[in-house]
Amino acid sequence: MYAFKIMVFVGIWFFSNPTESKNIRNILFLKDSMPKVLLYTQLESFLTTQSDSVYVVNFWATWCAPCVAELPYFEELTKTYSDKKVKVILMSLDFKSEVKTRLAPFLKKKKLKSEVIFLGEAHSNSWIPKVDDSWSGDIPATLFFSRTKRVFVKHRFKSFEELKVFFAPFLK
Amino acid sequence: MKKILSLLLVPICMAMVMAFAMPDSGYEVGDKIEDFNLKNVDGSRFSLSSIKEAQGFIVVFTCNTCPYARKYEQRIINLHHMYASQGYPVVAINPNYAGIVPGDSLEEMKKRATAKKYPFPYLSNEDGLVCYKFGATKTPHVYILDKNRIVKYIGAIDDNADDANAVSEKYVEKAIESLKKGKNPDPNLTKAVGCDVKRKGMDP
Repeated sequence: MYAFKIMVFVGIWFFSNPTESKNIRNILFLKDSMPKVLLYTQLESFLTTQSDSVYVVNFWATWCAPCVAELPYFEELTKTYSDKKVKVILMSLDFKSEVKTRLAPFLKKKKLKSEVIFLGEAHSNSWIPKVDDSWSGDIPATLFFSRTKRVFVKHRFKSFEELKVFFAPFLK
Repeated sequence: MKKILSLLLVPICMAMVMAFAMPDSGYEVGDKIEDFNLKNVDGSRFSLSSIKEAQGFIVVFTCNTCPYARKYEQRIINLHHMYASQGYPVVAINPNYAGIVPGDSLEEMKKRATAKKYPFPYLSNEDGLVCYKFGATKTPHVYILDKNRIVKYIGAIDDNADDANAVSEKYVEKAIESLKKGKNPDPNLTKAVGCDVKRKGMDP
């Protein structure tokens, strides 16, 4: 009985403490908005395809302002071609130490429709050349590919129309 | 409607073709670099030839505003402390145009250099020409030169930007140690993530 009383007391204190319950809520939401994590050794499977789909892999990070500015155009691509075999992947190169504190809250806020995968930037010397030999690692950068075509673009898209120009040849 | 759209697309495509048709600039390992003369945060002007006794240079394109460059800021300072006395000073160049990135103006650079007590020259390259000649595309982007100003190494400082304690390969240190022994660095070219350079004339 005594233990029960303590439990009730602790319970009341817990739920009446606004900061505490807010923290719990944040943790739950963070869990929901945590991106898939990819090891750099697994990246290659995201750089080619044998399927009929068209892939658009955008390399970005929350700390990269021009990357964040062009995210809406990739989102629009996802929405526009939701009935086609088009897969947009937002490959996050955020710092590992900021996944929980920065990336997850960002994803929670933005509720992105495209798939977000956290790659992390470490070991970049081994994976960057696999994306494209000419790439020195500056972001934003985007890889478009299908079974037969491949285009790598080191370019910031200023509009959805501009993004569509690069994408259009893949839909034929 | 379709016609209007395709009419609109023509200039966009042309602009892109032009952007891609720009000649590839940039020094490669083995190239001799042309000396430059840039404004330093202390008000003076700096050329590589101003350091007569140099055995080489660690030229770093970096800036105030890029979170990536900031992660490396202390490591760049450490490199200078470690190697300047051995003849390999750091020369930092900010390639960003203040018209696009106000936080990278000469005034802001002065503040940063003072606050962090930069022991090396921190040069403004507002017109972006030196950066263009080097072919630096991001911050930070390192070029190690020998005393004849031949490029010996291009790339990253080490292999872990996020955590200096988790670094397994210190590329720049390794390269300098090779040069000190009269050997060519291996690797002499590494790739790393970074913020893209916002040069004058580029779209904001």
